[in-house]
Amino acid sequence: MSLSSQQRPFSVCAAGRNGVFIPLAASTVAAGFPSPADDYLDRPLDFNELLVENPAATFAVRVAGESMTGAGLYPGDIAVVNRARNPVSGNVVLALIDGDFTIKRYRRRGVHIRLAAENPKFSDIVISEGVTFEVWGVVTHSIRML
Amino acid sequence: MTRPIALVDCNNFYASCERVFQPTLRGKPVVVLSNNDGCVIARSNEAKELGIEMGAPWHLNREKFSGAGVIVKSSNYTLYGDMSARVMKTLLSFSPVLEIYSIDEAFLGLEGFEDRLEDHARTLRATVLQWTGIPVSVGIAPTKTLAKVANRLAKKDSASCGVRVLMAAADQERALAQLELSDLWGVARRLSGRLKAQGVVTPLALRNADPQQIRQTLGVVGERLVRELRGESCIEIEEIAPNRKSLIASRSFGRPVETLIEMQEAVATYASRAAEKMRRQNLATANLIVFVETNPFRTQDRQYRASQSAQLPIATADTGRLVAAALGALVAIWREGYRYKKAGVMLLDLAPANALQGSLFAAPDSPASQARMRALDVINRRYGRGALIIGAAGVKSAWRLRREHVSKSYTTSWSELLTV
Repeated sequence: MSLSSQQRPFSVCAAGRNGVFIPLAASTVAAGFPSPADDYLDRPLDFNELLVENPAATFAVRVAGESMTGAGLYPGDIAVVNRARNPVSGNVVLALIDGDFTIKRYRRRGVHIRLAAENPKFSDIVISEGVTFEVWGVVTHSIRML
Repeated sequence: MTRPIALVDCNNFYASCERVFQPTLRGKPVVVLSNNDGCVIARSNEAKELGIEMGAPWHLNREKFSGAGVIVKSSNYTLYGDMSARVMKTLLSFSPVLEIYSIDEAFLGLEGFEDRLEDHARTLRATVLQWTGIPVSVGIAPTKTLAKVANRLAKKDSASCGVRVLMAAADQERALAQLELSDLWGVARRLSGRLKAQGVVTPLALRNADPQQIRQTLGVVGERLVRELRGESCIEIEEIAPNRKSLIASRSFGRPVETLIEMQEAVATYASRAAEKMRRQNLATANLIVFVETNPFRTQDRQYRASQSAQLPIATADTGRLVAAALGALVAIWREGYRYKKAGVMLLDLAPANALQGSLFAAPDSPASQARMRALDVINRRYGRGALIIGAAGVKSAWRLRREHVSKSYTTSWSELLTV
């Protein structure tokens, strides 16, 4: 990222595509000599890049139960949910069963769907006929405050 | 070659937003109330089928609604605004030519997709539904006015499964034959009355009218309408939203406000909110207007409405400076003895905050002020709006909006996430 000589002294920041502030330059121009560090300036780490694949389709939900502790989802964690991903067997999903939300491991063999808990204290849910079931989104990350 | 234009319109948008996070509302009649829980401003299809009208006052229908199992929601614009942005972002992956027309409608230019319009529209519809949970209808035609017509049919006619293409003249004529003049985009009752007076009583007749003749009686707007109905595009897609020149923060009160101290709290709150909105776009202003008004529908009350502008010596984005200016303007228009229903703060002549010049007598916002405002905004984003306020805005605020049935801000506040 190069620095234009018209750089105004106030503007060291510009809004990025998602309104995230990205520094344009580390220093302003004084008497026309740019800082030698400016050419080496990278963007700071942006955690959105790591967690949000598709901003329009990514939602956050708070984990309440303990049925998925084996998958690293503990009560109080924030689960990152991507609706744009099509679920494949083995994904952790946020599912709807008869209108109720639940997070489970999605297991599918042919037409048989099972929602597996990852805690021996909880039993799996087998999706039987007459149950309205849908995958609301695929859980991609878990964020935990230590 | 005529360029296809799509109008994408979210179905029952506010009710659909509520359903994304409360799936138990699916299939049930849902209505959303206006600010202050006044009247019905959005209905699910089930609520429409029950004969609930737009604008039906909530306090008169409370029992009727609960008897019919209607689920009532206060409007949650924080949620609707975020869901709208998601829908619009999704649409951008289907065409770079996008005009956001309202919170739940957008025009898309589909040049280059002429040979697969229907497929493209069906994929678009399925994608928006999957990514955001919001169902949309798509109408495609050579002009915006006809795209509106196509969208209407896409929505009304269940056989179209949410997509209707009206690129051929014969299809356009068949579609127009099903409509009234007042169904057309931009035709209000007055215009349709004037058309009927001239013997033009149906949309089809208007399409076949002589544009020159219509121009003589109805001016250029009338002529443009005729040409648009014929498939000649006259209203272009406006891709770049004009840089915002002004913004407003205003609400009706939960109950009438009668004391200056309460009004000062309200005006300080609205000025703070407007300042926050402005900072989000990196703008600043030196001009604002404060207005207050009584309730014109309470004819038994004495009526008063007034507005007052205020100028600052230099454009600022500092909440403290703006609140002080707004409160100064309020003092000039405040009159005792009225029952105020509404107040607001408008910020005008917005300019980029980083391009401000200082003057001999006034300095732009100092780095310390900018840092303070950034901290204020960060804290309010993290802990929810109103977590940190300036003292003048008051903490009790009995005048605040009534929102008894409001859902959570699932997508914009860490403390209000959906819990699973």
